[in-house]
Amino acid sequence: MSDSHELSRRDFIKVTTGIVGGLIGAIIGLPSVFYLIDPALQEGGKDAWVPIGKFEDMQVGTPYPFSFTRVQVNGWERTASSFGGYAVRKSDSPDDLLILNSKCTHLACTVNWSAEAQAYLCPCHDAKFSMEGEVVDGPPPRALDIYEEHRISEDGIIEIFFKAG
Amino acid sequence: MWKNIYLWLDERIGFNDLYTSLLDRPEPKTTWWNTLGSASMFLFVLQGLTGIFLTVYYTPSPDHAYDSINYIMQGVAFGWLIRGIHHWGATLMVLVVFIHMLRVFYTASFKYPRELTWLIGIGLFLTTLGMGFTGYLLPWNQKAYWATTVGTQIAGTAPFLGEFILKALRGGPDLSALTLQRFFSAHIWIIPAILAALIGVHLFLIIKHGESHWPKKDD
Ligand code: HEM
Ligand code: FES
Repeated sequence: MSDSHELSRRDFIKVTTGIVGGLIGAIIGLPSVFYLIDPALQEGGKDAWVPIGKFEDMQVGTPYPFSFTRVQVNGWERTASSFGGYAVRKSDSPDDLLILNSKCTHLACTVNWSAEAQAYLCPCHDAKFSMEGEVVDGPPPRALDIYEEHRISEDGIIEIFFKAG
Repeated sequence: MWKNIYLWLDERIGFNDLYTSLLDRPEPKTTWWNTLGSASMFLFVLQGLTGIFLTVYYTPSPDHAYDSINYIMQGVAFGWLIRGIHHWGATLMVLVVFIHMLRVFYTASFKYPRELTWLIGIGLFLTTLGMGFTGYLLPWNQKAYWATTVGTQIAGTAPFLGEFILKALRGGPDLSALTLQRFFSAHIWIIPAILAALIGVHLFLIIKHGESHWPKKDD
């Protein structure tokens, strides 16, 4: 028999098995946890500054049309959504811009500026909005939505702050 | 309190007997070759675990299978590790099971009273190959597609029943969404269930008979 200070053959096997097993368990187990919760650690929808056009191209009295596309990636699925609107310039100051969303507040068709009618016309149910987006005629319950935040970049490009979702 | 719970359970389960028959049963003098059965079982469990994790992101549809695997490899934290283990573990398992079979043959351990253990073993070998065959299609890339096209064609050359077998494997005359779906189902449910049941009987028989001794010169 071995004396009490020495590890018996059986105990040695037990300890070695425990250590090796624990190591293998940890090396595979910990990454597995991250693997499972990975989507929860990703950023959600991305807010971003989106360029819509040069300030010098926007003329007082004529709404400036713009459109852009945002892509949302969920795993291997990419969903592209289109957005559009009109920048309405009122004076020389870039702060003095009204940036309208061209999505009709009735049932979400896209409105178009008509120089002839001096209004945004909706093709779906004949709504009519003034240059500032107020409802003039038709079923929409409220004025056109506006992009609240905008800024001008160093090279004179207007950017709006797009909030995801 | 824990002690009482332990005693209650022990009275009904018999931990001692369990321990003795699973971990402390008498063995003849054995070699490293006798560890290959346990190695096969370890790999089976490992494949099961990593496989379950892969199904968290994998999608068995022709539209998304390839992309979902790409996503596992590049988008998910440690996806490459989980898939890598499953990928190499599959090859290793076929290899280890085969060498285990060779060693049983070489030491003539299939003889009385272990014929049934051997027969079950043949079932284990075939189902292990079945896991490999069905798993290979799942990435739905060129290699997978054509390997399965050829593999099912080979099965289709069987006399009389050939065409039926080919259609049954593919779920129709062509490789399609149905093929991918039924291979997936076979790979994660049907074959593992058979494999687990066979392993259960295999182990029962091994515990019942004990390990055969290593043959001597005059055996
Ligand atoms: C998933 C596949 C398999 C698993 C998990 C497995 C598991 C095991 C285990 C744990 C043992 C006891 C330790 C050892 O002798 O290595 C064993 C023994 C045995 N296996 Fe397997 N096995 C598998 C495949 C096979 C195959 C393919 C055959 C043969 C066709 C086979 C035939 C046997 C026999 C006859 C024994 C008794 C050996 C003896 O008593 O010396 N097994 N198996
Ligand atoms: S959607 Fe514009 S008026 Fe109905």
